[in-house]
Amino acid sequence: MTQRITVIDYGMGNLRSVAKAVEHVAAEDDEVLVSDDPKLILDSDRVVFPGQGAARDCMAAISDHHLNRAILDAAQSKPFLGICMGQQVLLNFSEENNGTPLLGLFDGNVHRFPGGVAPDGEALKIPHMGWNQVHQGYEHPLWQGIEQDSRFYFVHSYYVDPVQQDLVAATTDYGVSFASAIATRNLFAVQFHPEKSADAGLQLLQNFVHWKV
Amino acid sequence: MLAKRIIPCLDVDAGRVVKGVKFVDIRDAGDPVEVARRYNEEGADEITFLDITASSDDRDTIVHVVEQVASEVFIPLTVGGGIRSADDIRRMLNAGADKVAINTAAVFNPEFVKQATERFGSQCIVVAIDAKQVSSEGESLKWEIFTHGGRKPTGLDAIEWAKRMSDYGAGEILLTSMDRDGTKIGFDNALTRAIVDAVPIPVIASGGVGNLQHLVDGVKQGGADAVLAASIFHFAEFTVGEAKRFMQDQDVEVRL
Repeated sequence: MTQRITVIDYGMGNLRSVAKAVEHVAAEDDEVLVSDDPKLILDSDRVVFPGQGAARDCMAAISDHHLNRAILDAAQSKPFLGICMGQQVLLNFSEENNGTPLLGLFDGNVHRFPGGVAPDGEALKIPHMGWNQVHQGYEHPLWQGIEQDSRFYFVHSYYVDPVQQDLVAATTDYGVSFASAIATRNLFAVQFHPEKSADAGLQLLQNFVHWKV
Repeated sequence: MLAKRIIPCLDVDAGRVVKGVKFVDIRDAGDPVEVARRYNEEGADEITFLDITASSDDRDTIVHVVEQVASEVFIPLTVGGGIRSADDIRRMLNAGADKVAINTAAVFNPEFVKQATERFGSQCIVVAIDAKQVSSEGESLKWEIFTHGGRKPTGLDAIEWAKRMSDYGAGEILLTSMDRDGTKIGFDNALTRAIVDAVPIPVIASGGVGNLQHLVDGVKQGGADAVLAASIFHFAEFTVGEAKRFMQDQDVEVRL
């Protein structure tokens, strides 16, 4: 069955890699679109919401593209995958840029990493950049075929801290243990970049493309 | 914890991989896509392309290389060589690169790094530093920045320069010892350690790898966050996977 998967484009970051990776795992007759059209987004079967850059710039871009409503609607109604800033902006408030109000779908804030030194003496540099382990909190269709504690590629300086702990689908340690994935009935949002995480990342994207909500 | 990254580097000239890549079972060792795919299969954590194209007519070819590789290989890609303007950066990122490495242009116009990080974000701006030891034996160690493949001194102290680039927002330093490059006697770990201790951003050690112990030393003695090598992987002396297992056996955290 053919389906339409839309990658939301609001001018923040390079979406080419995300779109290419989704195309790579989608069925041949699936349609993968990159669009900022709210109507197209809401008409899609699945929505991918990536994002890079500073919180304030992301929120401004979402608003400039008149996407607030469409993103919130899609996030509550259809298979929805948030990536990186596409995870962070779903919360209430970010510490970034001297404080930035976010979309507020989930209660909780976005904090900056504390930095410092890990117990083993390693410096905890900021941004947290590279391959770190993702500890799956429970079984989920999107973890299918992915080994517990697999490594995914991260690049970020802030992390989400949702109030509702049952949203947390995975945790990662970097000075603090943070929610590297959150999930609801139809939404999955990750801090890492599945489109840059080799086989584990492609497996997650493939699971998303087949996810039956 | 974060894994130490292993980064194979490919020299690309007019769209073709040069410096001989020997894989027994790939059709065209000069095809960057095939080589990148192989390194990805072996478990490379990132791939760096260094564009050494001399003729300006052929400069666009690296854009096509990045586009093709980025459509098939889903790990971070860095492109260096000839990055001189915001336009150059935008073209590479649009083609699918995750980071660009700025080298000579940073030396001639340091503000370019500041502008680039403000515009594109620190996470995609790597500053490449080519350093050479200039202190004599008995003196305290000192390294200077060189350009033009290590031929032209700049008078810039390597440690001061790295700090400045970090202050300007660089997300990472790609540090090459021009004394060690091509020698296969190992990284200049004193240089790496000096830079690692001076800046809060990740440092990639480069130049001099001849065996797998050198990679371990780069991490343990140099303190590097990532190690970059070209020839030991190109000539199939070792696979990336072998390198990682060797490092893991010596208690270096790697992604296997």
